[in-house]
Amino acid sequence: MPTPTSGLTTTEASGRTVLAFDGRLDASSVARLWGQALGAARRARDRALALDLSRLETCDMAGAAMLAAVERAHGVPPDLIGANQQVSALLARAREAGAPVAPAPPPPAPSTKEMLHAGLTAAGTGVVFLGEATLAAIRLPARRRMIRWADLLRYTDQAGVSSLPLVVMLGFLMGLILAFQSAVPMREFGAELFVANLVSVSLTRELGPLLAAVILAGRTASAFAAEIGTMKVNEELDALVTIGLDPMTMLVLPRLAAGLIVMPVMTVVLDLAGLLGMAVVMRGFGYPLSIIETQVQYWTTPADLYGGLVKAACFGVVIAAIGCRAGLSTGKGPRAVGLSTTAAVVGGIVATIVLDGVFAVFMNRLGI
Amino acid sequence: MTTDPMIRVEGLAQRFGNRTLYRDVSFTVATGEVFVILGGSGSGKSTLMKQLIGLLPPAAGSIEIAGYRVTGPGAVPAREAAQRKIGVMFQSGALFGSMSLLENVMLPLEVFTDLPPPAQEAVARVKLGLVGLADAATLYPAEISGGMAKRAAIARAMALDPPLLFLDEPSAGLDPITSAGLDRLILDLRTDLGATFVVVTHELASILAIADRCLMLDRHAFPDAGGVIAAGDPRRLGAESTNPTVRAFFRREPLPVEAA
Repeated sequence: MPTPTSGLTTTEASGRTVLAFDGRLDASSVARLWGQALGAARRARDRALALDLSRLETCDMAGAAMLAAVERAHGVPPDLIGANQQVSALLARAREAGAPVAPAPPPPAPSTKEMLHAGLTAAGTGVVFLGEATLAAIRLPARRRMIRWADLLRYTDQAGVSSLPLVVMLGFLMGLILAFQSAVPMREFGAELFVANLVSVSLTRELGPLLAAVILAGRTASAFAAEIGTMKVNEELDALVTIGLDPMTMLVLPRLAAGLIVMPVMTVVLDLAGLLGMAVVMRGFGYPLSIIETQVQYWTTPADLYGGLVKAACFGVVIAAIGCRAGLSTGKGPRAVGLSTTAAVVGGIVATIVLDGVFAVFMNRLGI
Repeated sequence: MTTDPMIRVEGLAQRFGNRTLYRDVSFTVATGEVFVILGGSGSGKSTLMKQLIGLLPPAAGSIEIAGYRVTGPGAVPAREAAQRKIGVMFQSGALFGSMSLLENVMLPLEVFTDLPPPAQEAVARVKLGLVGLADAATLYPAEISGGMAKRAAIARAMALDPPLLFLDEPSAGLDPITSAGLDRLILDLRTDLGATFVVVTHELASILAIADRCLMLDRHAFPDAGGVIAAGDPRRLGAESTNPTVRAFFRREPLPVEAA
């Protein structure tokens, strides 16, 4: 295809500047001519300006937009020479559209006070959400028909059963790595044997619940947020309300219950897989299984285990709640669902670690 | 049987931020009527419907649905009672994606009636048959077309035989044949069930086919706010109204330049 020729010739004649366009004025030629044409028009501000369009082959909307911009750059409406009807009509529309409006300046960066306010508001809505969920739980006997037990089973399966392979793998690796890493320095003191105690206590008290919580936040809170968020975007939540069904009771409570049920189970499985990983390392160092078992049994108390499980159950409810709340507060459109999902995962992990700190203080005070 | 109107709205207003979407909206809808709310994009039709069905508290004014005053302080029990009397079809259908069409229609029956499950299913199948979806009962919302989704949503809205049905843009995005089918369905249901319909739409053909009366909203009804610019029989408004927007709408013409 031959390159369409187009060009701009500027001539000065009897005290006025004539811009003569020829060839095709379309998006590709306008890209070349824009700066040149507008510059010529600005330089001709003190004189009369004429646009010679008689040699134009075609002109599209991009061409018309440039001609209108040339007119505005000059200030005084120029004479048009040889403009055919099509060009005149397009130019009239381009004039109507007016000059490009400068985009509104970006809002100033939020001040510390505003950020604090936003943070407190978010915390406040979290409290409101917890209150609403509690209220829904209290009213549950009167609304038990709204609970779909099949849904509860589905969420439990989705959050717990289908995550078990992942839980086993991560738990095993965690135990393995932890045992190996701590064995190296402890060997210097001849304290290798106590690696079993270290791994078992830290897994049951701390790492088991924490790692299970991270898995729940990443796999399940995100799914809850996306499911409920999509329902909100599709007006399904509005539909529930107009049917007289309470989204809190129908959608949130079963998910909270699922979080509460699956987390202790996930934690136990993770603890066991971790102990297995530790045992593999200890066997590698030549310790018989019976000694490893004795160390674990002697040093890990039921309080360690139960404390960890209570913690896990709390994490489960809180993470599920954060996922559901992120879903319920979804804005409009597909982007909002993505934002909610992110908020659910980030919120879940942050809340887990903060709660873990609170638990550490309490358990220390209680002597557990 | 009460002779009170099914809906009575007085002085309704809605604000978003410091922009008044509409104010001074007042009307009544009689029992058994097909009442159409119409207006251009952004005139507040769907917002008005959201207020009527209790999803959005109004900034001012009062709403009475089937004798229950659903606005103002302490109106929560009245609103819950009124919700028993209404069925809503949302613009997108808003069917529950995790349930088949049959389960969608059965859900309200399951929660709010003492019918045994086989009876629930029988009733739900009747409703699906009414909207011509008897064969599609086991399909899921993702497997059906937009027109079918809207019809299924009407079936779900009718699950508990409410005396008042709200339909948000039933014909938007549908081909003329499907759209005309929905119009026919609305008229048939009105005749067979004696139901009252409030329909939000801007499809002129549909309005002329179904509406007993209509209410037209416009965002420029007042210098500073939107509101009602016409109310009455849609077949006469085009000829009788002096408002250029109303005349242009019913004649299907662009707005005269001086009024734009």
